[in-house]
Amino acid sequence: MSTIASLQIGETGIVLEEGVSKIPLKLLEMGCLPGAEVTLLQKAPFKDPLYICVGGSYLAIRKETAAEILISKF
Amino acid sequence: MSTKETINIALIGNPNTGKTSLFNQLTGLNQKVGNYPGVTVDKKQGKCKLPNNTTAVITDLPGTYSVNPTSLDESVVLKVLLSANKTEKPEVLVVVVDAENIKRNLLLYSQVQDLGIPTILVINMADQMVKKGIDINVDLLSKKLNTDVVLISARSNSDIAKVKEAIVSKSSSKKAIANLEFFNKIDATYFAELQKVNPNYSLYELWLMITQNNFSENITELEKEKLNEFKSDINKIKRYQHKETIYRYQKINEILKETYTVDKSKATDLRAKLDKVFTHKIFGYLIFFGILLLMFQSIFEWSAVPMDFIDGLFSDIAEYTKTQLPAGLFTDLFTDGIIPGLGGVFIFIPQIVILFLLIALLEETGYMSRVVFLMDKVMRKFGMSGKSVIPLISGTACAIPAVMATRTITSWKERLITILVTPFTTCAARLPVYAILIAIIIPDTKVFGFLGLQGITLLGFYILGFATAIIAAYILHKTLKIKNTSFFVVEMPNYKMPSFKNVFLEVVEKTKAFILDAGKIILAISIILWFLATHGPSTFNTIESEITNTVANQELSEEVLAQKVASAKLEHSYIGIAGKAIEPAVRPLGYDWKIGIGLITSFAAREVFVGTLATIYSIEGVEEEETIKERMQAEINPETGKKRFNFATGMSLLVFYAFAMQCMATLAIVKRETKSWKWPMIQLIGMGVLAYVSALIVYQFLK
Repeated sequence: MSTIASLQIGETGIVLEEGVSKIPLKLLEMGCLPGAEVTLLQKAPFKDPLYICVGGSYLAIRKETAAEILISKF
Repeated sequence: MSTKETINIALIGNPNTGKTSLFNQLTGLNQKVGNYPGVTVDKKQGKCKLPNNTTAVITDLPGTYSVNPTSLDESVVLKVLLSANKTEKPEVLVVVVDAENIKRNLLLYSQVQDLGIPTILVINMADQMVKKGIDINVDLLSKKLNTDVVLISARSNSDIAKVKEAIVSKSSSKKAIANLEFFNKIDATYFAELQKVNPNYSLYELWLMITQNNFSENITELEKEKLNEFKSDINKIKRYQHKETIYRYQKINEILKETYTVDKSKATDLRAKLDKVFTHKIFGYLIFFGILLLMFQSIFEWSAVPMDFIDGLFSDIAEYTKTQLPAGLFTDLFTDGIIPGLGGVFIFIPQIVILFLLIALLEETGYMSRVVFLMDKVMRKFGMSGKSVIPLISGTACAIPAVMATRTITSWKERLITILVTPFTTCAARLPVYAILIAIIIPDTKVFGFLGLQGITLLGFYILGFATAIIAAYILHKTLKIKNTSFFVVEMPNYKMPSFKNVFLEVVEKTKAFILDAGKIILAISIILWFLATHGPSTFNTIESEITNTVANQELSEEVLAQKVASAKLEHSYIGIAGKAIEPAVRPLGYDWKIGIGLITSFAAREVFVGTLATIYSIEGVEEEETIKERMQAEINPETGKKRFNFATGMSLLVFYAFAMQCMATLAIVKRETKSWKWPMIQLIGMGVLAYVSALIVYQFLK
């Protein structure tokens, strides 16, 4: 299964319904919802955290959180 | 129309929406900062006149993404919204949203509206809409959301009147209409039962009381018990919260589909271009360290002239008042206690202004979030978070706002470590101590022809402070047994030109707060100090005649005699006795009893050290026109006949001040933020021991 952490820079995916219970409420509230498009924009040095654009929000999240969020790649 | 004299308004919105710009436009300089009861979160309030001649009291609530708080700042928002207290609870809520991020911003709006408070929606950054290809059907949006919608650009003055008019028309209206059918979709019976607990509250209010454990003042104990029964299954609550959020977004999406369009072809990639440089794995760090260097350089270079001016000014004022006022106890208190003490506070102003200015600029432009992103992984190796960078940088101004700035760190362990090590960073209060000691012991020469040796030494102490903070963090990271939950999310806002009004008001407000807080302590201490230095037990009163008698046969000039008397008086005063008492403990560090007095008084606040020495030497000294520095330089160690402030003693003192936890205000804040005396005590003792041992080693090695 793909997660946000498995995206390459520039790749886009869709957040899946299945893993929704694993997404922290705060992230949901910031736009990381099932069905939302998520693009990996940049990785910080040492490949963590990740700079993503999800549902129109530009966010930085840690790799371990990103690895919990299931997506399907385009 | 309302006929009341004042009306309570609150501004609420996501961070980076220009909420504070709107607040500044509405209130201008007519604002003050207080505290919310029980917590140290700043409460920004201001006043403005409305078109119907009522006065609006406007509260700028802390920025939040949702009413479900994850930090102390955000929980204040919920507390205010759920308050039953008439003066606390806003009569009209102004929700500020950013045209570009309207979807996410509307989540907060939809939550707030369900609380039933009359609400206006202000869409900010209208000036950016054409450029970004955004089109909003305001009338339709207003109808769909069932509220007044105002489109503004908070930075250009023109639209503020529209907001004021909307507030006036809203102030007479009834409650907002809650939109709660999603509760039925989630679990109809559960929520129907919940509403029965107290029908006076809206269902959403009751739901928030359960999920956030934040009960309104008017909820009885019995009702509290009933409400607590509803959350016996935590997982169910969590699931329902997830569903609630998803339903809300569905509704928002439906509304926006009809009212909001973006022409994607107009999107510029300024963000992407700038991010490529600022978050680059090499350039990103180079730029960040370049900015840090520039910051420190400007603090020292730009502040030198005004600081010398303030130093000179206060010794002139003291001298002038001495000649103008009639001689006596009151004059002495004034010229030897209060004026030098105040000078010790005012001398900070240039450096604090520059620091707060630069930090405000970094925040306003959106650059600070990039630093957080860049530094997170590195900081995590030391048990901290990328967000710890902001407290550590602000710590170079003052540890108090820095400790408060740790609130954005959601992991308790990362936050605690940041709080514990922040006082190692070189705060502005250490600067006058460093500045004066370095000026005395380091020659004013240039290396390589352009770098000042004094400046390099000062920079060295800044680096020492940071390095110690990092090492201490690593040790704490390895020894503290706290489970680390590392949820971390940072919004990366758009880059923007800073608003000079916002930056200016921020700097004014922070500087004022600092001067008032530090000023109160320093003023009180200088008065007490002056009293203790001019009074003493019985020997104090006889010492003058004793001295005069013993030296009667020596032919001393009047001046030398007066100095000898003053010296002896100080030695026999209460403070002299205290200094003498600790002398055995500080002698191995290279200090005498006078420096000992400085250590005692600066236990409350470091900067008092300079003021104390100023007071001590002005009580003792004769030639009033000298500055503090000249007086300290002239001080002779009677045992060696050489200068008191030689290299070894100076370095030992510098190291002591670099490490010791001499700030009661910080200890008090740490106690409040960690909710226990344990952590401030660990700080006090740990840093104290480190300071003593290091100063001892430095002195014994250098002497």
